[in-house]
Amino acid sequence: MRAPVLILGATSDMGRAIAQRFAAEGYPIQLAARQVSRLEPDKADLEIRYGVPVSVHEFDVLAVETHASFIQQLPEQPAIVICVVGCMPDQKACEQELSLALEGMRTNYEGPAVILSLFANVFEQRGFGTLVGISSVAGERGRASNYFYGSAKAGFTAFLSGLRHRLAKSGVQVLTVLPGYVKTRMTEGMKLPSRLTAEPKEVANAIFTAIEKKKNVIYVRPIWRWIMVLIRWIPEPLFKRLSL
Amino acid sequence: MSSPMTPRGSLKTLCGWGRYPVQTCHVYCPRSESEIIQLLKSGLLLIARGNGRAYGDSALNREATLQMHHFNRLLGFNPRTGQLIAEAGVLLAEILEIFVPRGWFPLITPGTKFVTVGGMIAADVHGKNHHKEGSFVHSLDWLDLLTSEGQIYRCSPSENQDLFYWTVGGMGLTGVILRAAFRLRPIKTAWIRQTTRIAKHLDEVIDLFEAAQDVTYSVAWIDCLATGSRLGRSVLMLGEHATREELPAKYRQRPLWTPRRRKISIPVDFPNGALNALTVRAFNQLYFLNSQRKAGQSFVDWDTFFYPLDSLLGWNRIYGRRGFVQFQCVLPLSTAREGLLALLHCTSAAGAGSFLAVLKKLGDQQGYFSFPMAGYTLALDFPMSQRTLKVLDQLEEITLQYGGRFYLAKDSHLSPMRLRQSDARVETFVKVRNAQQWTVNFASEQSKRLCL
Repeated sequence: MRAPVLILGATSDMGRAIAQRFAAEGYPIQLAARQVSRLEPDKADLEIRYGVPVSVHEFDVLAVETHASFIQQLPEQPAIVICVVGCMPDQKACEQELSLALEGMRTNYEGPAVILSLFANVFEQRGFGTLVGISSVAGERGRASNYFYGSAKAGFTAFLSGLRHRLAKSGVQVLTVLPGYVKTRMTEGMKLPSRLTAEPKEVANAIFTAIEKKKNVIYVRPIWRWIMVLIRWIPEPLFKRLSL
Repeated sequence: MSSPMTPRGSLKTLCGWGRYPVQTCHVYCPRSESEIIQLLKSGLLLIARGNGRAYGDSALNREATLQMHHFNRLLGFNPRTGQLIAEAGVLLAEILEIFVPRGWFPLITPGTKFVTVGGMIAADVHGKNHHKEGSFVHSLDWLDLLTSEGQIYRCSPSENQDLFYWTVGGMGLTGVILRAAFRLRPIKTAWIRQTTRIAKHLDEVIDLFEAAQDVTYSVAWIDCLATGSRLGRSVLMLGEHATREELPAKYRQRPLWTPRRRKISIPVDFPNGALNALTVRAFNQLYFLNSQRKAGQSFVDWDTFFYPLDSLLGWNRIYGRRGFVQFQCVLPLSTAREGLLALLHCTSAAGAGSFLAVLKKLGDQQGYFSFPMAGYTLALDFPMSQRTLKVLDQLEEITLQYGGRFYLAKDSHLSPMRLRQSDARVETFVKVRNAQQWTVNFASEQSKRLCL
């Protein structure tokens, strides 16, 4: 039997789609989220559809002190860890209420970095495994409209890049995923251009393929690579005057 | 991620499968029960929507339409009893894809697989076996309903019985169906042993239906443009689940496997009027001749037998941008022959024949507000136009005259008056809706139009 795939943030739309994708390939699945009771229906669903074993685990990304014991109590060490955890706090509210900003930064950077660091040590020692972090194109350049979110994702992207550098010789793959816009709960109600917006399923497919092909960094829709090249390239004096 | 959040709504242009009427609606896509409860508490008048396969305005509400597609989990399956527990937004197509290869088939299925569990319950759908095995409620063990007060009730024939029988066929107007348990039947093969019979006129097809009482599946395609002595000429298709021994040798090795059907997408809207009396007449003639050639026994895969139109993805576009309306009524056994003649006369005289005309014998009904009754049901569709509206008026009048009633899942045209004239149960349904305060939270554009 294959070693399982662990999904951190498994109640999210992306987490659910990723679980379906890997279960369809016959991987056993470990689902982790803060409210573990909400994972029970997904467990049943994956088991009936794909006949793979599924376990559920309580995981709070902000409770970093519990992360080491979280890893220890897993019944089996996963082959692949996919961290989907994240949130998009309201930028305007964050500017006024910094505790909100802080929670956002901890959820998008600190927590994911801590848990993946701990897994990295385990994986490095045993010499195989894959760590996947869902970061964001918003981390490529800070913008007035969401720089608390963006800066945390920038941190996470840099963290993943460093981790990949460190683990390059150990046989552990580190994959950075930059999804661009995705139709999820987080973006519900926003007017998003359909050519730039992926379905959660597309993200799941992209991740699956990227792991098979041993990729390092992927944009889910290729067009985003070029959009971000452009956005990074705009000189600061001009950038300041744009509303983005 | 903080939860539960109140789901954010967005404005979307929605319509039913007939693409008429089109309505701009506030759409919500809840992911949990608590999100729906919050919407209810905010006092919104809402309707749940599955895959939008009702033809008219049953699953539209301008104020709040709840898209239930996130409720798409299978929760349990008992291989001893065939009982499947599923959330309301699960598509029948997914169930078939998973369970046919394992030797199970829905006890009751409508004529498309692109419907959700919730939608099948709300319309209490019927299939080709209704005369023998009843509508969806006959396969339903229980359902969980979220009602006005934000309470969830488990409803079954023995628990919250009234709520159960008002909800099946209740068109989503009693609450939001969350999940349900219903039964699949064991099958030995994925094939149907089909017998095709040609009937030269209406009397003959009815005689054939009556003689085929014991056959599990039966349905007739009827040429509604034929006139005179050929009025009502039909192709009757009878079917039974094939056993392994019956199958041709090439399929016997893997009896639950069927070759994948080629899917064709209709990529663009046909011009309005592309389906006219001429093209439909030509189509019907070809279909009839082709069936005559194939009359007799054959083995047909489940997908082709039960869901012939599903391989034409987006077939509703052939009616052009104005959309189409479907008319489906049922006439009681005592008046069926006469009444059907009158309906067919009216259709062929108007030259407005639909290329999809279906005749089917129905059996008795359980649900308090479900469509079927013992008799014959006729379904026709027409491209939307001013003339079509006139034909519909005539067809509705004829249905009333012969004591028939109408299928709300297909309707986009009835008036409150006609509905009440056709169906004495309407008044009771409205009374119960008021008494139970379902009217406070649940309404569709259809229920508003029909004053339900």
